[in-house]
Amino acid sequence: MRTDDLIARLAAETGVVRPHAVERRVALHLMLGGAAAVVLLVVLLGLRPDMVEAAGTVTFWMKFGFTALVGALGVAAACRLARPGATLKPAFWIAAATPFLVIGGMAVVELLAVAPADRRAVWLGSSWQTCPAWILVVSAPVLLAVTLSMRRFAPTRPALTGLVLGMAAGGVGATVYGLHCQENAAAFLATWYVLGMAIVGALGAAIGPRALRW
Amino acid sequence: MQETERELKALMLLGLDGDAVAQSRLLSELSTLLKYFFARRLGRDDGDVEDLVQDCLIAVHVKRETFDRSGLFTPWAYAIARYKLIDHYRRKRVRSWSPLDEASELFAPDWTDDAMHARDVNRLLDGLPAKQREAIRRTRIEGLSTEEAAAATGMSPSLVKVSVHRGLKALMAKVGKGGEDADR
Repeated sequence: MRTDDLIARLAAETGVVRPHAVERRVALHLMLGGAAAVVLLVVLLGLRPDMVEAAGTVTFWMKFGFTALVGALGVAAACRLARPGATLKPAFWIAAATPFLVIGGMAVVELLAVAPADRRAVWLGSSWQTCPAWILVVSAPVLLAVTLSMRRFAPTRPALTGLVLGMAAGGVGATVYGLHCQENAAAFLATWYVLGMAIVGALGAAIGPRALRW
Repeated sequence: MQETERELKALMLLGLDGDAVAQSRLLSELSTLLKYFFARRLGRDDGDVEDLVQDCLIAVHVKRETFDRSGLFTPWAYAIARYKLIDHYRRKRVRSWSPLDEASELFAPDWTDDAMHARDVNRLLDGLPAKQREAIRRTRIEGLSTEEAAAATGMSPSLVKVSVHRGLKALMAKVGKGGEDADR
């Protein structure tokens, strides 16, 4: 086809693009993926039996806030990397490291306050063997949804974009999983939740170069 | 360059609001720039130039959502072009590349700019720290001004200048000769 004909054909389909189209689409997919994750959780695991009482505790919301913040940072970075030529500034990495450092610091303080003999029990909780895997399962629909949304865009750093998509999905998935899981120890979160989210992040980075080509 | 940026961005914004005439003008003006961009890298007679131009025009059109209205147009469009170019090299799998000691010519004003050379440049650049690599890519390869490169990368203009200077120096040290050609 001649270039002029191509231009005429393309221009003939010039629709209106709303401002913040990237953010809107990502938000929509995130909500769909998040809803699917909640359904998956309720069907496979069920909500924690003390959900109502837990919602009145600080520890529940600290945990919620930690994982949700990781997800939010991933989403923000993904919206940025959706644009061709975009990179992440050092400020992003500092922001991204902060919640992990805080939870790690809290874990240390917590473990120091516990008698040495009990530390292992606090750290492992009662679900350390299944926690990371369940986070992966619950995050999967979120990762799928946000990856699909990103395919509409033009990321030029596919592996990095995949990583932050995994971070977004892992954060959201871990937050949803927190509706089932009754572990509260910072040391537990800093290890097993972080491991679960890291697996999702690594998965995103691994599929990025293939899934995000355009 | 800045004139072009202003004009193209204005057309882009009109296009985003649904103005098909502006969009058509944008794409045709861009096709000229893209033809130059690819011809300079692949050689004017390379049959793939036209395909790449068309590929980019399609991408520019269907990926319009990713344009940041508060950002610059040319860096956005060239980022698409660069992505398509890299993709092209990858698909072609350029098998061999010229020896490193010829690479100093790449930075001389009359560089021949064919696919193998561009690949050499990329290999060399990959050995530099990210800031220097980015600064050199934007200013020396994409042809942006210091200010535009600063806006595109989020660095300050003086940092861009310093990074280009240091990066070229490092490259020259690596290549081992031709240092005086570098700083044009």
